[in-house]
Amino acid sequence: MQQNALTTEQVRALIAKGKLKDTIFQAMGILCLAIGLVVIFLLVGDMVMRGAERLNLDFFTNFASRRAGSAGILSAWVGSLLVMTVTAFAAVPLGVAAGVYLEEYAKRNWITEIIEINITNLAAVPSIVYGLLALGIFVYQFGFGQSILSAGLTLALLILPIVIVSTREAIRAIPAMIREGSMAVGATRWQTCRYHIIPYAMPGILTGVIIGLARAIGETAPIITIGALTFIAFLPPLPFTEMAPGVTAGPFDWLMSPFTVMPIQIFNWTSRPDPAFEINAAAAGFVLMAMVLSMNAVAIWLRYKMRKNIKW
Amino acid sequence: MQVHDHPALKAEARDLSFFYGEAKALKHINMPIYDKKVTALIGPSGCGKSTYLRSFNRMHDLYPGNRYEGEIRFFPDNTNLLSPDVDPIEVRMRVGMVFQKPNPFPKSIYENVAYGLRVRGENNKRVLDDKVEQALRGGALWDEVKDRLHDLASNLSGGQQQRLCIARALATDPELLLFDEPTSALDPIATGAIEELVHELKKRVTILIVTHNMQQAARVSDYTAYMYLGEMIEFGKTDEIFIKPNDKRTEDYITGRMG
Repeated sequence: MQQNALTTEQVRALIAKGKLKDTIFQAMGILCLAIGLVVIFLLVGDMVMRGAERLNLDFFTNFASRRAGSAGILSAWVGSLLVMTVTAFAAVPLGVAAGVYLEEYAKRNWITEIIEINITNLAAVPSIVYGLLALGIFVYQFGFGQSILSAGLTLALLILPIVIVSTREAIRAIPAMIREGSMAVGATRWQTCRYHIIPYAMPGILTGVIIGLARAIGETAPIITIGALTFIAFLPPLPFTEMAPGVTAGPFDWLMSPFTVMPIQIFNWTSRPDPAFEINAAAAGFVLMAMVLSMNAVAIWLRYKMRKNIKW
Repeated sequence: MQVHDHPALKAEARDLSFFYGEAKALKHINMPIYDKKVTALIGPSGCGKSTYLRSFNRMHDLYPGNRYEGEIRFFPDNTNLLSPDVDPIEVRMRVGMVFQKPNPFPKSIYENVAYGLRVRGENNKRVLDDKVEQALRGGALWDEVKDRLHDLASNLSGGQQQRLCIARALATDPELLLFDEPTSALDPIATGAIEELVHELKKRVTILIVTHNMQQAARVSDYTAYMYLGEMIEFGKTDEIFIKPNDKRTEDYITGRMG
């Protein structure tokens, strides 16, 4: 095909044309990225500036109050923390067990197909629907009431699909030869899961769990649906302390306590007519943001730390 | 095939066929495996030699849609390894395996070797220490790793990792040890070390080794089987197979006209 060969000039012109498109795409990409980043920085920056005057220690140690200046987020952040604890303790064992079962034990047939499709669908169910479900089941049917336990279990349902999917993805990333190596010495499926699959999948599982919790901590709708209070001026009972004269709290009494959480506190403040509360809302918004970001940071750190030793 | 004074049988394939779903990958294989000898399986890619090897520890049972026909008799107790009544886990407790690519677990050297024992419920530290040392000596790795038993196995070189995998298989005293192209991912020096080890190991364990390297088969094995398209074409003493093969197809393969 000698006669079709391009001259040097033609080749250079072609390359120049290709490179121009390269440059244009690169510029557009940077622009899009910049728009996203600038918007986030403006939002966070605006929140910090507006809420700055409230961001002091008192803000964290004061209960909600009718006077904006002395109102704090004590019951909200403690509530969020406790609800997240319940969520984690409920969602992790359930989700990990379900994921391990689907990947390592379940036979591939139409039933597992349907289950898989439905798990993916569950992740897309609007959170308020989980709230309605929980109101019927946890609050009334099981009689847990408008408690930390109800809220934690509700959010656990909400993040269960995330935990299951991330567990399965982490397991799929483990090479078949590791599984075969374990089975080849005479291990059972459970021994293979217990000594290899679950430990090696743990970084991925934990990342999924924390991402799920970071989503759950900002959820408002399902928590309002099950009836969290918007104004609360006491903390759940600390185990083994005196709740009322002569009454000592049991180790799990806090689970049944009424509560509020950060997003509800923020929502409550923004709906007040007094503009002074907007400052509180901005400050609390920033704290919530910081909580979510630090959870994500922990997820990244854990993944890095745990993956260092896992090589194949 | 001439009649020889063969040593005792360790295992014997009898009319063994194997199916991946509908596809018949092994066709009516009959072959003896002699006790404390090295038997090499050679043949071009896709001839079924790895499939055949993986039948001996029921590795195919891990995946759905696989099916065996025929028997693999295992001696001295004359168990049919492929019988549905025989638990594959029981088979794997007696038949060890070393894979094509070194596959140490992402754990310490010590834990890699101790794993087979832990699976069998052994938790006594003194017993474990002892058996791990024996196995690592058996895998010709002890001197290189004795000061860093609790380092990660992934820090070892490829050849060391493969010897670690051999030690891992040896720790549980298997009766038959399967090697699936154990040196194909290794350099010539590491390969030499593994071959020497195979030679050493046949004093205590029967070995079945798949290799794509005919020189390797000639160097390490006592018996050789040539497979082609899922069939066992020829089986015999390695010297005889390589010097005067009976089958034209074996000769073509060995002399490099095919494969």
